Amino acid sequence: MLLNLFKFNGGVKPPTNKTQSVGLPIAQAPLPSKLVVPLHQSIGGTPKPVVEAGERVLKGQLIGEADGWISSAVHAPTSGTVVEVGMQMQPHPSGLDALCVVIEPDGRDEWIAREALDYRSLPPEQVREHLQRAGVVGLGGAVFPTHGKLTASKTVPMQELVINGAECEPFITCDDLLMRERAEDVVRGIGIFRDLLQPQKVLIGIEDNKPEAIAAMQTAVAAVGEDFAVIAVPTRYPAGGAKQLIRVLTGKEVPASKRSTDLGVQCFNVATAYTAWRAIAHGEPVISRLVTVTGNVATPRNYEVLIGTPMDEVLALASPQADTDGIVMGGPMMGFLVPDTKVPVVKATNCLIAHSPKLFPAKAPEMPCIRCGSCAQACPHELQPFEMYWHARSKNFGKTQEFHIFDCIECGCCSFVCPSRIPLVQYFRFAKSEIWAREREKKAADTAKDRFEFKQFREEREKAEKAEKLAKAAAAQAAKKAAEAAAAAAAEAGGAESGTSAPPSTVDSEIDPKKAAIAAAMARAKAQREAAQPKNTEALTAEQQKEVAEIEARRQAGQPATAASEPPASGA
Amino acid sequence: MFAPAPYLLKDASVSKVMTQVCLALLPGIALYAWLLGPAILIQLLIASVTALAAEALMLKLMDKPLGLFLGDGSALVTAWLIALTFPPLAPWWLLVVGTAFAVIIAKHLYGGLGQNPFNPAMVAFAVCIVSFPALMSQWPALGLHLSFGEQLQVVFGLAPRIDALSGATPLDTLKTGLKLGENVDVAQLLANQEIYGQFAGRGWELITGAYLLGGLWLCWRGIITWHVPTAFIVGMGSLAAALWLYNPAQFASPLFHLFSGGAMLGAFFIATDPVSGCTTPRGKLIFGAGAGLLAYLIRVFGGYPDGIAFAVLLMNLCAPVIDLLTQPAIFGMKDKS
Repeated sequence: MLLNLFKFNGGVKPPTNKTQSVGLPIAQAPLPSKLVVPLHQSIGGTPKPVVEAGERVLKGQLIGEADGWISSAVHAPTSGTVVEVGMQMQPHPSGLDALCVVIEPDGRDEWIAREALDYRSLPPEQVREHLQRAGVVGLGGAVFPTHGKLTASKTVPMQELVINGAECEPFITCDDLLMRERAEDVVRGIGIFRDLLQPQKVLIGIEDNKPEAIAAMQTAVAAVGEDFAVIAVPTRYPAGGAKQLIRVLTGKEVPASKRSTDLGVQCFNVATAYTAWRAIAHGEPVISRLVTVTGNVATPRNYEVLIGTPMDEVLALASPQADTDGIVMGGPMMGFLVPDTKVPVVKATNCLIAHSPKLFPAKAPEMPCIRCGSCAQACPHELQPFEMYWHARSKNFGKTQEFHIFDCIECGCCSFVCPSRIPLVQYFRFAKSEIWAREREKKAADTAKDRFEFKQFREEREKAEKAEKLAKAAAAQAAKKAAEAAAAAAAEAGGAESGTSAPPSTVDSEIDPKKAAIAAAMARAKAQREAAQPKNTEALTAEQQKEVAEIEARRQAGQPATAASEPPASGA
Repeated sequence: MFAPAPYLLKDASVSKVMTQVCLALLPGIALYAWLLGPAILIQLLIASVTALAAEALMLKLMDKPLGLFLGDGSALVTAWLIALTFPPLAPWWLLVVGTAFAVIIAKHLYGGLGQNPFNPAMVAFAVCIVSFPALMSQWPALGLHLSFGEQLQVVFGLAPRIDALSGATPLDTLKTGLKLGENVDVAQLLANQEIYGQFAGRGWELITGAYLLGGLWLCWRGIITWHVPTAFIVGMGSLAAALWLYNPAQFASPLFHLFSGGAMLGAFFIATDPVSGCTTPRGKLIFGAGAGLLAYLIRVFGGYPDGIAFAVLLMNLCAPVIDLLTQPAIFGMKDKS
């Protein structure tokens, strides 16, 4: 199929270092002594643990249940005993602890009952829920829950489904090996996504430095009988970034402010498609993944590793060299040194690189920015990194947003080319997290302010209602008294001059001056109260004045003051 | 151990950038020394030593790492540009004053490397031409052949500054000729005086041609982008062409202007300074074109022999605003205005 490819601006060409780890086929990593399975392994919520210490679990058994729509289930990678549900260090640069289920394998590797699902007979909603229950998340590294991406936009027709097999990061070859060895399952998984999203075409993008994977995928597409296009894309980092691959294959540019489905396109990683197929057709939840073990090791290779396996045990399989001083999780462009080599492999772990000072020499000291603009030329999102750096450095975070800091995908191209060796991405992460922290604070302050204002409003309303009630009662009392007085006067007058009903006013003072004086005083007091009642009628809009007049009119008419018990529109 | 990604880095550094700028100047310098005498080499040396000494002093005063910054090469680039824009037989102290002013005032008092709003070399030129206009306008007269020793003596004040030293550049000579002469025109002046060479001044056209080659090499190496030099040449060339077509008797050809004085040096080595210039693609075009136009206006209608320094400084003033107004649309946001 002939396809016109597009270009994305920027990008860099670091040495790929991929050949080392593609020589050997995928190997199964042995069962570790202990599995530490973090509950939070995807973007979104933290699944709730559904097992307790001491409980026996089977391979594939649910141990963490999704706690919302953007959240994904977690399962026991093998059969064994839960020894602890507690805080353990995470594979995250911070080295923070988070809730994990620690399982001691029993060595029997005993599966739960697995059922194949005939997904075509189910409504799409149930297929999505099944994928969520199976813990299927984006395995390209972002670990976004896959089911959350499988709904097309209601207004924009789905045009292209882009499948990402580009794998642009140096050193990483797990997608390459997956496509070489398990292409058919990948293609069938893509079929599920296609059926759910109903795109006009399916485009599988693979960097042209992986001819074996391209050939395997083409063969598989033909064997399964699909019409997916397998397309070789030029090798240039970060061609495997979702937005860059979408750009290259469709010409569409997805800004940070939009979802890709708003532009009629969606993107999944090949490994995600593979796990989706295993989950649907074999009832296997995501309990393992392919991990490239490479770098400063004697035998770089790809392993199928159970989630929760300590990284040092995985690295040991590839025989790290003596001068290894750490493990980089992910690639050398976007990965990070793990805080401890014992942290577990998680769904986001696509690669472990044995770090050594020789392999990744220490960076030269940071120099001042000379505004050479290399970073801007390298930025695939066409940002001005040196401007964002300038403002992030001076903590002028508003300005960083004016320069679109949230469009930065942190690919590291700018840091890669910077002659002043400025860790630009670090500055951007710092700025982003500061902005998020400030927004959280502001939100909390706004909520508190709203609460306080509503309390004030409520208190005032109650006071007003009380005053009104009192006034009404007083008025009724006065009216009653006046009526009684009038009746009494009339009776007295009737007694004296039968048949005539003289106006009471003319006789009141003569007949009962005391009573009349009291009634008059009450009427005066009522009038005064009414006059003194705060109406806040200054500086009101014409509309508000009209509303006030209407309410006033209703009250004057003696109707129950229903309007006053409703909160005013301005208080909402 | 904490080291953030990326762990792979391109082999690049500030000193590599500066070294390549210096390398690109070498062909021009070689021709300069050959055609106008080796005194320029002495001037380069004086400027370099002064720049490094001033740099070291300021780094020490500012408590910055000496080894790291002294080796970055930025002071050398400033020094070389000063030496190449000053008259080759200027007294040694003029170079020292200019270079020291550039490094201490124009660079370090603004915060050092990367912080200076004005091109330090052009600040030096402006300061010296305003303070010492006579010395800054004395170029070796045509046909003056002094030995290396004699040139040294002149530079270091051991020999009297004879009249033969107070020549002018072809550009200046032409301007003065046009101003003084009655009923003279450009063609006549160019035909009569040997100084003008083939099209832009004997020797000068070769030296500026070498700067052009060096500049193209910098473009090819990715040290500078094409925007500023192209816009500079188009800016200066188009105005020169318009006036030349309007009145060829009074205005020299664009070729003359582009290959005389500091035009090529300005287009490829001075206006391209990233620190004090524009950074956005459109901004660079505006910056280059503005510098070219202003340089022409100043050298033709102004009172100074050449206009590059003032043109670049004026554009330096505008650079932040130009950058602000020419921010490029980012990925995914190009449809909107």
